[in-house]
Order: sequence, then C-alpha cells, then structure tokens
Amino acid sequence: MSTTTVDDNAVADGHWHGSAHERKGFFTDTSICIGCKACEVACKEWNNNPQDGTFELLGSSYDNTGSLGANTWRHVAFVEQDGERIEAARESGRKLVNLGMPSIRPRTDESEAKPLDGALGAAESGSAGAGASGGGLPETPPMGIDLLAPGALEPSDPEDIANMDTTPPDTEDFRWLMSSDVCKHCTHAGCLDVCPTGALFRTEFDTVVVQNDVCNGCGTCVAGCPFGVIERRDDGTINTPTDRDDRKAADMDVPDKNTANKCTLCYDRLVDGQEPACAQTCPTESIKFGDHEDMVDKAHTRVADLHAKGMTEARLYGANPNDGVGGTGSVFLILDEPEVYGLPPDPRVPTKDLPQMYASAGMAALGMFAAAGLAFLGSKR
Amino acid sequence: MVEDVEFSSYYGRPIVKAPPWGDEIAIYLFLGGLAGGSSLLGLGAQFSDRPGLRIATRLTAITATAAGGAALVSDLGRPERFLNMMRVFKVSSPMSLGTWILSGFGVGSGVLTAIEVDRLTGQRLPLGPLRRVLHAMETPAALESALFATPLAAYTGALLGDTAVPTWNAAGRSGLSFVFVSSAAVAAGGAAMALAPVGETGPARLLALAGSAGDVIGMDQMKKGMHPAEVDPLEDGEPGRKLHRAEKLLIAGAVGTAAVEVGARVFAKKVAQGAGAGGVGTGGAGSSSRNWKTRAALRALSVVSGAALAAASAYTRFGVLEAGIESTKDPRHVVEPQRARLEDRRARGIVDDSITTGT
Repeated sequence: MSTTTVDDNAVADGHWHGSAHERKGFFTDTSICIGCKACEVACKEWNNNPQDGTFELLGSSYDNTGSLGANTWRHVAFVEQDGERIEAARESGRKLVNLGMPSIRPRTDESEAKPLDGALGAAESGSAGAGASGGGLPETPPMGIDLLAPGALEPSDPEDIANMDTTPPDTEDFRWLMSSDVCKHCTHAGCLDVCPTGALFRTEFDTVVVQNDVCNGCGTCVAGCPFGVIERRDDGTINTPTDRDDRKAADMDVPDKNTANKCTLCYDRLVDGQEPACAQTCPTESIKFGDHEDMVDKAHTRVADLHAKGMTEARLYGANPNDGVGGTGSVFLILDEPEVYGLPPDPRVPTKDLPQMYASAGMAALGMFAAAGLAFLGSKR
Repeated sequence: MVEDVEFSSYYGRPIVKAPPWGDEIAIYLFLGGLAGGSSLLGLGAQFSDRPGLRIATRLTAITATAAGGAALVSDLGRPERFLNMMRVFKVSSPMSLGTWILSGFGVGSGVLTAIEVDRLTGQRLPLGPLRRVLHAMETPAALESALFATPLAAYTGALLGDTAVPTWNAAGRSGLSFVFVSSAAVAAGGAAMALAPVGETGPARLLALAGSAGDVIGMDQMKKGMHPAEVDPLEDGEPGRKLHRAEKLLIAGAVGTAAVEVGARVFAKKVAQGAGAGGVGTGGAGSSSRNWKTRAALRALSVVSGAALAAASAYTRFGVLEAGIESTKDPRHVVEPQRARLEDRRARGIVDDSITTGT
C-alpha cells in the first residue's frame, strides 16, 4: 500500500509509541454482509447498551435502528437500489480506480498502459479484447456476479463451476446494499482532540475510548466527530415503553447516563486477548478484526479481487493514510459512494483547521483590544 | 467542475451529529463577549477617570461571567463534574482553553468587583487590614482581566469552528472570531451606554460603532468564504430570521449611537454638567430645565440604542449557534461542500488524499 508521508498537520495524532500492542482495527467487507444484524445484537448485549427508540418501523428498508449513536455502536444500513443506481455505482467506482488513488504514481502515468497492481492488472490483461474502453478496467460482464453462491468467493476452478447451478439470485436491475457501520477509531480523532476533560483517550491498541467516570457530558466531542458517531446518552432505556403489568420491567438504571458514549472496539475484551463482540459473532466474516495493518492489506486484496470479477463498484473507505482523518482504524469495503451509506465523502478532522482558527482568533482579539484603545483615545474629554 | 450533481444520502438522515448545546450555550456566547468587552471598557475607564463607566462595566463583567459560567455548567450532562474541565490544559480543545480563559478572567474580574462593592458600600465589607491589600490590587487585577478579556471574546469562534458541524466549521475557517469579537464590542458598548451616564460613555459608543461595522463586514466576508450549502442555514429558517433581526437591531442601534455621540459632542457642556453632578448617572440636577431636558433625551436615546445593540449581539449568537445545529440536520450541508472540495482537489491534480480509494 501507499507509503507516502502521512500529513502531520493535525495537532494531535495520539499514537502510542513503543506500545507492546499493534494497532487494532476492523475491516468491514460490506460485499459479504447479509444484513443479519447479529453484530448490532452482540454489541448491545456485550456492552449493556440501552434500547434506542421505541421499536417503531423507520420505513427505510430493513433498517429500524437509524444510525450510530450513544446506544447503538454497530448499525447495519440497508439500501435498495435499481439498475440505474447500480450502473452509476459501477461507473463512479471505475472512475475512482482510473484516478489511481491513492496514487504513488505520478498522475501522468494514468493514461499509459502501465499495468495496475495485482489482480487488477491481471484482469486488465485478461480482457484485452474489451480494452476499447481504455480505462484499464474490464467492462462489467453481462451477468451479475453472484457473491452468495457457494464457492463464488473461492479461487475459481473451472471444473467445479461447471457442475454448479450458476443462476444468480441477484438481478441486474436490483441490489441490496447492507453495511455494518461502526466508530472509525481515526488516526486523527476529532472527538479525542476536542475533549476538554481528558475523558477520551487513546488506548494501547490505538483505539479511542471514553472514560465514562470522567466525562462530564459537555458534548464537544459530539460536534468534533466528522462521522457523527459519538453521542451523549441523554435518553435510552433498558425497558421497553410497552412494558405491561404482566411483564414486569426490570428495574435497571441506564448506565453512564448523560456522558458521551461510542464503540470502544470492545476495549474490555481486547485487554483479555478477545476479539470484539461484533466481529466474533459475524456469521459471514463481513466484520474482520485484527492488526490494523493486516486489515488494510486484506482490504486492498479484496477490492482488487472484486474488480477482477468485474465489480468495479467496489471501493475502500478509510484505507488511505493521507485522507482528512489520517486513515481510519475501521476500514470498509463499500459498493457505492460513501454518502449512499450515510458516510461523509470527504471527512476532515476539524482540529486540522484549528491552528489557523487560533491565529484568526488571536488577530481578532488584538483587533478588539486596539479598537477599545482607539475608542478611549478618540473620546478624550 | 462538480460531476456528481445528483445528491444522494442515506434516507436523508444526518451524517454528522449536532452537539447537545441548547440556549445556554448561545447565552454564554453572548455573555462571554459582553464580559470581555466590558472589562476592556472598565480598564479604560479606570485610566481615563470615568467612575460611572468604570463601575457599570465592572459590575456588568462579573455578572456576565458568573451567569455565563452558570449557563455553561448547567448545559453539561453531568454538571456536578464541571471541575473535570480543570483536570487538563489541552490546546487541541478550544473548550479546555476557554475554560481556563474564563477562569483567568473571572479571577481579576472578581477582585475588581470586590473593590467596587467595597467602595459603593462605603467600605463596609468586613475586610480589616486586608482592605489596603485589596485596593492595592486594583490595577494589577484590571490588567489581568483585560489580558483575558479579548481571548474570552474571540475563542468562541474557534470553539464553534473546531467542529464537524458544517456551518460552524466553514464559518470558523472564514473568520467567525472576527464576527464574535465585533459582536462582543457591540454588546459591551451597548450595555455601557444603557448603564452609564452619557457624558462618560463616549468610548463605549465608539467601541460599539466600530463593533457594528466589524460585525456587518465580518459576517459578509465570512459568508463569502463559505460554500453556499454552508451559508444557507445562516439565512433560512428560524436561525436566518434571528440573524436578520440582529442586523436590523444592529443598524438601528448604531444609528441611535451615532446620534447620541453627535448630541454628546454638540451639547458637551450640558452633558458634562450633568455627569459632574450626577455621578453614576441618576440624572442629577441641572442648572436649568433646558439642560436637564437635553440630557434626559440623550440618556433615553443612549439607553434605547444600547439595549438594541446588546439585543443585536444576543440575536447574532443565537442565530449562529442555531444555524450550525440546523446544518447538521440535512446531509446536503455536509455532502455538497465535501464533494465540491474533493472535486476541486481532483481538478487540481491532487488525487491521493481521498478517504474513498479504488485500490
């Protein structure tokens, strides 16, 4: 992957140096997410998170959770798309690859016939006949790729495939995007930077965690997160609002009320050598957990595989250390533009702007002082 | 060149979250500015021998500081833990820096208040030998609080700017601090005009006029530096109405202030007579009823204009705070500017810094 220098303009990167642990993270491969929400449930169970909302139907496909928040640290998004949107996603993905990002090549190399990395390059040379598109990527084959078919994700062996029912359950004019979102555990974490009490801290696993016994609920971190992840737990209840007399509600307090809450990457499990609850429970290994470096490598390999299969809509989110947050600890493979999943297309840690804002505030302060001085000089009696 | 003109979102749901900041924070923004500006006027009044202005501004400063601090604490999720703010001094957190600025400001302001209260009560505070110590601290305390005064008025621009809230962040990058110090000057000048005698509030009027000009120009410049989708919340809906109201009050107050200033200079003698006799500004007995009427008219205009200016400042703070919160509700305010800057960088040949990558 890219080894270009990481932008160090952010005030604090908060890395542990000389830590005995590798940086940990997720790789959430949404192309094999089946939308079972086991991750949401496991997360709630393990972290004893209160209920969100009142179990109402949100009218957004099978997503009745809505979004990440104080009480929801894993959120599975459901997006239903028609043929037009699928084609648009393929097109935007193709453009992205052709941009050569993240680029360690000079931009002028783009148009040349220089092979792309790995499987992508292999795919290109394999589809020499269809090279008229000139883009470097093969055209989408006429038949949809069936990811759910047995063996579809294994290295293809022609003999095996011949005996299989290859009728794709997916159609060309409809698809379902399912994606399990989570805290990004950014390299430059906005929430951590702006926390005025030190309640948020960087763990030895390079994750970002709130100490709820220190947090005073000022809410600055909520505004500091470019992904809208962290939130103050102002409501939430363990009991359902439909509790009836015959079903005695458990007398239970909402834990950590009025303090900021978010995914801890199961810090309590990590220190015990366990993996996070969501990753452990994920039946398709859509959520992978491990050393951040391995996760990023896996992500790069996987996206190249999908491209080789013609799924040009596949792209990575958060795998670039040069992005506005210095890369995320939770890397995603997504199949459309990030905003389709409710992710910001160009997030930027606000702290990056802070030196300039302090400079401007300093100038303003001096200006005000000067104005007051002149006001007194101007009205001598 | 924005290629992806069609805006898509996840069921129109917000991408970033608004902080749980209510009216208390808007009130604090206003009071912090008012306190800072008042402290500067108090320092000047001390050195230029304007006792009425000095007392009014110092008492305004401490009242605003105490009320502002209380508003901040009450907006915390766990107010009983407000002292946790003092665990750290953290430059990357404007909230942390602001806490220390407010505390530093409060120390000097508190000492000055004790001095003024002691004076006003005819040295009835049970201070004993400490009275001399207290009064000896007047100038150091005035300088100390003045040192923190302008940072107190200015840092809130960075506080709102250093967020992922689209309108605040863009405003912070485009000079929100200039708008806020101007608004602080307007508030402090206005409050002093309303509370101190006309003969002594010349500097307050000039500061308020400078602040008014700075506010209008600063707001205009700020909006020019922002993406249209980030500006919209400042102009539409309830926050937009508040900011429009702020502008109207500001202009009306500034016109009134200018009129008072002209009047005070034209009738300088009559005004000076009143100030000399009246002290804190209860009107005082003039030598003739015509002088009294002139002074009363000027004072009334001063009070009304000052109140309008202070209200304008408050509306500005409420408007900006609420516009930011509004800007988190529609993902358009997040996606459009981010798409635009991403496309802009790509157009300039920078293709290695996107969070979304094809390989």
